[in-house]
Amino acid sequence: MIRYILRRLLLLGPLLLGITFISWAAIQLAPGSGDYFQSLVLQYPQISPSTIAALRAQFGMDQPPWIQYLRWLWSILHLNFGLSFAYNVPVSWLIGSRALNTLLLSVTSLVAAWAIAIPLGIYSAVHQYSVVDGLLSAAAFVAISVPSFFSALLLLYAAYWTHLLPLQGLTSVNYDSLSWWGKVLDVCWHLVLPTVALGVFSVGGLMRYMRTNLLDVLRQEYVQTARAKGVSERRVIFRHAVRNAINPLVTLFGFELGGLLSGAAFVENVLGYPGLGRLILEAVLKKDVFVVMGSLLLGSVLLILGNLTADILLAYVDPRIRYE
Amino acid sequence: MAQGLTAARLAERRQREAARARTPLQLAWRQLKRYKLALVSGGVLIAAYTIMLLAEFVAPYPLDFSDRSLFYAPPVGVHLIDAHGRWHVRPFVYAYRLVDPDLRVYGPDLSRTYDIHFFVRGFPYRLLWILPADVHLMGVDPPARLFLLGSDQFGRDLLSRMVFGSRVSLMIGILVVLITFPIGLIMGGLAGYYGRIIDNLIMRAVEVLAAFPTFYLLLTLASVLPATLSSAVRLFMIAGVFSLVGWGGLARIIRGLVLSIRELEFVQGARAAGLNDLRVIVRHILPSTTSYVIVAATLTIPGVILGESGLSFLGLGVQEPGTSWGLLLAQAQSVDVLTQFPWLLYPGLAIVLVILAYNFLGDGIRDAFDPRQRST
Repeated sequence: MIRYILRRLLLLGPLLLGITFISWAAIQLAPGSGDYFQSLVLQYPQISPSTIAALRAQFGMDQPPWIQYLRWLWSILHLNFGLSFAYNVPVSWLIGSRALNTLLLSVTSLVAAWAIAIPLGIYSAVHQYSVVDGLLSAAAFVAISVPSFFSALLLLYAAYWTHLLPLQGLTSVNYDSLSWWGKVLDVCWHLVLPTVALGVFSVGGLMRYMRTNLLDVLRQEYVQTARAKGVSERRVIFRHAVRNAINPLVTLFGFELGGLLSGAAFVENVLGYPGLGRLILEAVLKKDVFVVMGSLLLGSVLLILGNLTADILLAYVDPRIRYE
Repeated sequence: MAQGLTAARLAERRQREAARARTPLQLAWRQLKRYKLALVSGGVLIAAYTIMLLAEFVAPYPLDFSDRSLFYAPPVGVHLIDAHGRWHVRPFVYAYRLVDPDLRVYGPDLSRTYDIHFFVRGFPYRLLWILPADVHLMGVDPPARLFLLGSDQFGRDLLSRMVFGSRVSLMIGILVVLITFPIGLIMGGLAGYYGRIIDNLIMRAVEVLAAFPTFYLLLTLASVLPATLSSAVRLFMIAGVFSLVGWGGLARIIRGLVLSIRELEFVQGARAAGLNDLRVIVRHILPSTTSYVIVAATLTIPGVILGESGLSFLGLGVQEPGTSWGLLLAQAQSVDVLTQFPWLLYPGLAIVLVILAYNFLGDGIRDAFDPRQRST
């Protein structure tokens, strides 16, 4: 197992190289991209000419494109992602906290989605073709068809009229004056709306997968055997069937995470949540190129690590799987 | 006796039909006809695409129409009974009357009724880009306005703009499938057929693409598009961006299928007969993946529609004065606008309805192609 993880981590090297190349190439496609700094002077007059000259030298903007790429790569290896022009701080400061916020939102949505979808999926499968099953299946279809920006708008509308939840941001105005415990509660309180907006989509998909998997497992012979030897129905379902039905869902974990990271970009923008998706949109609009490249890179790293976690989890829950 | 004869004849006919419907497509179609929900969804989609094609006929107002005095007007009420309690044969509307200029509150002007006319003459257009015409499905005489779903901040009819916006929102999915699938099929076919270095190269590229959160990459690539493009060119470029990002998943699965198909006898036979590799791939191997490809295409389209509305929603897709459902929904982004003028959420309902229909249809088609689900 350790050897498998080590090999996966080794393979990360070439993959990350490819990711940096695409992040860089995507920006290079921009018209007039040969000279970001010249256009940046027009956009941000506050940047001094000496800074520009220094950056020019640091990133080798007078060099041919492939040398520029290598230089950028070299500075990344030293964890130097460049400077954000809009905020005038190192990119790593910006994307670090933003990525944590996005990760927080994705994880809460994931946990909430699993906590809701699995019991509903089990109920649906056990009561196949009942009225509730039909209603749940229809609801699941609607859930996977609602774009996250639309669900965020609808929730915003509901929250405005009910006055139950904060509408925007991750913290209240008086956040800094709160006690440690008060801060945690405040963040949790602010997380409810974005979590629900983002989680709805996942619940629909997961519920349907859980239902299908469990139905497949319930048809297996070992379930019949368990019933034949007099095991109670509750025990058959929860001890014998559900455990095996959940395994394929673990594989979905990585896939889900990718969808959540993308979906989070919308929710963050509608609900004013300070995450990576909102940062990359702002940066893209302002042509704050190092922030864009850094966010792309970090988003991919999050996704890759999520996939790796899913594979390790799968080996952990399913003893049949042995990575050699 | 006669009854037995009819039954026998019926059974014979059924047998003959069963023998005739033998291609996988025919089998799948027969199966699909049992899924009522999928058929209803198919009907909804046909209706939506028909409205899209006849946009100028269906929309009460042209794309560039605006009534600057009637911005943020709520949906107009359609009535049959007037203020005096009299019944009318034709449905009618009242003209708008501004009740509160500060909060933009409108009320009906009850002094006069305006009948809704059907097949009325209005602005000229070319039906299906060819036939010159000026007949419209419905309209009212000014100063009344037929804002069935309300108006936006410039006093433009939301319904008309949604009808025109369907051109982008509904076409982009098909456009992307038309670009992505040939690329994905060829790439997957080459990788699976040749293996070794080609396989390695293509699959590593796919892995790198898959490592990005899709929407981040879409966002970055879309922002690279120059702002000066005409809306049609922009639409094609956006479709190109989606294809650039999206071919990988398809290529990976096609490769897997090709790996198993290339070992089958008929492929060996085609190679032994001396056909060149490309012909073997395109004419002999890829057709075996048809059922998978049809299902994948039906389920790819809603994803693309979602992506395009998302991009437009964030201001990186279709640009004003063009229109798409995502762009229309973007007007409702601020809390104040959203809560005061909730009818601006209607374009979101259109998106949900179309995606829902595609998902139901795709699900039905997938089951229809699945031999395990097939009953006789």
